[in-house]
Amino acid sequence: MHNKVHVRTTINGEPREFLCEPRQSLLECLRDVLGLTGAKEGCNDGNCGACTVIMDDRIVASCLVLGVEAEGAAITTIEGISQGSRLHPIQRAFLENAALQCGICTPGFIVAAKALLDREPHPSEERIRTYLANNLCRCTGYDKIVRAVQQAAASEEVVR
Amino acid sequence: MSDRQYAVVGTRPVRHDGADKVTGRALYGADFQAADLLHGCVLRSPHSHARILRIDTSKAMALPGVKAVVTAADFPQGPDRMVDLGDGDVPISYVRGNLLASGKVLYRGHAVAAVAAVSQHIAEEAAGLIEVEYQPLPCVLTAPEAMQEGAPLVHEDLKTKELGQPTDRAGNVAEHLRFAMGDIDAGFAAADVVVEREFRTATVHQGYIEPHAATALWNNDGRVLIWCSTQGAFIVRDVTACVLDIPVSRLKVTPMEIGGGFGGKITVYLEPVAALLSRKCGRPVKLVMTRKDVFEGTGPTPGSFIRVKIGARNDGRITAAQAYLAYEAGANPGSMVVPGAMCIFAAYDIANVAIDCYDVVVNKPSTQAYRAPGATNAAFAAETVVDEIAEKLALDPIEFRLRNAAKEGTRRADGPKYRRIGCVEVLETMKQHPHYNAPLEGPHRGRGVAVGFWFNIGFPSSCNISVNADGTVNLVEGSTDIGGSRTSIAMQAAEVLGIAAEDVNPSVGDTDSIGYTSMTGGSRTTFATGWAAWEAAQDVMRQMKERAAKLWGVDPAAITAETGLFRSGENKLTFRELAARLVETGGPIVGRGAVNPKGAGGSFAGSIVDVEVDPETGKVSILRFTSVQDAGKAIHPSYVEGQMQGGSVQGIGWALNEEYFMSSDGAMLNSSFLDYRMPTALDLPMIDTAIVEVPNPGHPFGVRGVGEANIVPPPAAIANAIYRAAGVRMRRLPMNPPAIMEAIWDQRD
Repeated sequence: MHNKVHVRTTINGEPREFLCEPRQSLLECLRDVLGLTGAKEGCNDGNCGACTVIMDDRIVASCLVLGVEAEGAAITTIEGISQGSRLHPIQRAFLENAALQCGICTPGFIVAAKALLDREPHPSEERIRTYLANNLCRCTGYDKIVRAVQQAAASEEVVR
Repeated sequence: MSDRQYAVVGTRPVRHDGADKVTGRALYGADFQAADLLHGCVLRSPHSHARILRIDTSKAMALPGVKAVVTAADFPQGPDRMVDLGDGDVPISYVRGNLLASGKVLYRGHAVAAVAAVSQHIAEEAAGLIEVEYQPLPCVLTAPEAMQEGAPLVHEDLKTKELGQPTDRAGNVAEHLRFAMGDIDAGFAAADVVVEREFRTATVHQGYIEPHAATALWNNDGRVLIWCSTQGAFIVRDVTACVLDIPVSRLKVTPMEIGGGFGGKITVYLEPVAALLSRKCGRPVKLVMTRKDVFEGTGPTPGSFIRVKIGARNDGRITAAQAYLAYEAGANPGSMVVPGAMCIFAAYDIANVAIDCYDVVVNKPSTQAYRAPGATNAAFAAETVVDEIAEKLALDPIEFRLRNAAKEGTRRADGPKYRRIGCVEVLETMKQHPHYNAPLEGPHRGRGVAVGFWFNIGFPSSCNISVNADGTVNLVEGSTDIGGSRTSIAMQAAEVLGIAAEDVNPSVGDTDSIGYTSMTGGSRTTFATGWAAWEAAQDVMRQMKERAAKLWGVDPAAITAETGLFRSGENKLTFRELAARLVETGGPIVGRGAVNPKGAGGSFAGSIVDVEVDPETGKVSILRFTSVQDAGKAIHPSYVEGQMQGGSVQGIGWALNEEYFMSSDGAMLNSSFLDYRMPTALDLPMIDTAIVEVPNPGHPFGVRGVGEANIVPPPAAIANAIYRAAGVRMRRLPMNPPAIMEAIWDQRD
């Protein structure tokens, strides 16, 4: 057995501490240690984007980050996107545009889209497609996802 | 076309499970947690074909933290027999043998043993400690090779079934079937133009983003509880009961949310193995596949070799069509070549047809359904030959298709005569679509079209509806929801009840809580489970009328109910008002619907695509894409469009990039999402849709089901577009840059 490491981090605005094995990925820590199962494992090698989280203002594939690397970091997961009981405009736009079918990739897309709109409130279609190219969806063909992000970008709450 | 207006059907409400799915709260297969949960790992074969000489699990068992190890020897070992697990008879030895190999491994990735341990990492370490001694055997990977005399035998005891009759012929051909009508020789003799071509398509995977996941607990009372991601909870129950030799009543399967399936999550891989592990250690065991496991150990769809010959007269009428199809079944028979053969000329009214199809076993994973299984391969071949003939006859490709289009009364070569179908309407919609009539300018650009067919199926479905005192209803149905079907089912109930879609609270039941319901597949869910909901809602309405009749002292037959208002003379009650008075009028109301509908209506789809081919690199860019499909009646148009868009893009991936890249010894060399290249958002334009509605006379709302036919035409349409862009006829999938460059160079030579 391996000695566990004590990690102090901030998740969705709350200080969190956890113990993890040095070989555990951040995704494993979120899902198995902290019970935050919104981030999904689709490939465990950084190619599907279902485990996307925001770490210190950058989107990362949490399967490619070690849990111990979260020490001192600020992490936002899908569980931290809605504002209390109110859905984030991106989440509402996904529902209104039927931008999900099975929904397994949806958390990753919403987290990535939020990171994009936080940085660039008015992205072009090409820019949205480029930014979301790290996230695979097998159900929708992306059409309605791109439209949802466009609609969210046009909403005043996002533009502020 | 459908012109009936409904209050709920045809609108676009937010899906009922939406909030859970955009907040990360929806729980999928791998998200299941339980006290004392153990994690498992499946050891898989490194060889594509080998005899298992010895398995020694002692070192794995000795590793601290390991609680159980199982091999095929742990299955009940009764004699082989045929079992019907929902899709025709199969030998139980094939089902069991695909769960854990016995005697031989038949493909690389074939499960050999499994471990349960206190953590995933320890389980993986332990799997690595299992010693398996193999005697490697020569492997065979494609249908044409496997059909040769003297080819290595995948199953030594397999005998070819010839035209429905058993034979003594040993080989890799599991079955040869023929569909024929008319006089094929006379048909070709009457033709002015005859084109015959050969096609090859690579093995491709369904590519759902969620790997298979299952947890099982063999409880102390002898009941086996399973939580898993599946297209069919009752199929999991029945298969698991069958291979474990226990009654179905001993099993309860709770379907978790499912992260995509496309046909690949009908087959059972993990549940019986998790159950065996749990029986040994008395704790719940969770098994989750890695992506590599998914590629190497679960059903891809068959690679194929197809020859198509079509003859037509100068007036544009097809006189004869012939096809030879050999599909790679993978390790076990059942390649879906038969539906491929049934679909190959299904869009056309042809008098003289001969189709021979061969189901061929090879040393690749046992193939499974993938969205209109078998039909996409077939349409790639047939629809490119149709395009070539239209060109030779100097006819517009849609006009040529219209002159030969199947319609009500047309007989297909496999027997059935069509009832009302929408093939002509789909083609007319394509012909009039702005996309088809827009100019396409610029060098190296071309436009292509193709059409495709898929049957759609009925099969059993169940639904219960309970009325709440506040005028809402709870609806429980048995179809796992892969793409919004809770909502399309709930909307059909709402329409009957005269209430809003939002006033129906739908959920997917476990196998203890709802009647038998077949899998989510065959484009059947909105059709058949929607029908069960329609029937359950009718049952509720009948009982509601009885209650109103009791209150008003009238005959129930005298009561009318329209858009949620019950009336009899001057008496009026809304659905909500009456729902509040159930206790005083006799107690709760529960409506039930249980159906096995036979009226599934086939669906036609068409693709229009503009491409640009880079003559220096061979890269094909999709500039514009339009998907047209006959939905019968679109219950929730947004999710119908979503099916069309998703199927189209899977077809685009199949056409341009996706393939199992195999080494000569049968190893898949690209078993990751980096190297198995599925389309990304950046590879695509918006996917336009045009929903055609030719109501299915076999459904209360005219639903046909739209899950599948949309994947059938894209590869052929893209091949036809590439021809117009680059002057090369592509006859092999995928049409990736190396293949395009080779074709361009061959043309220059």
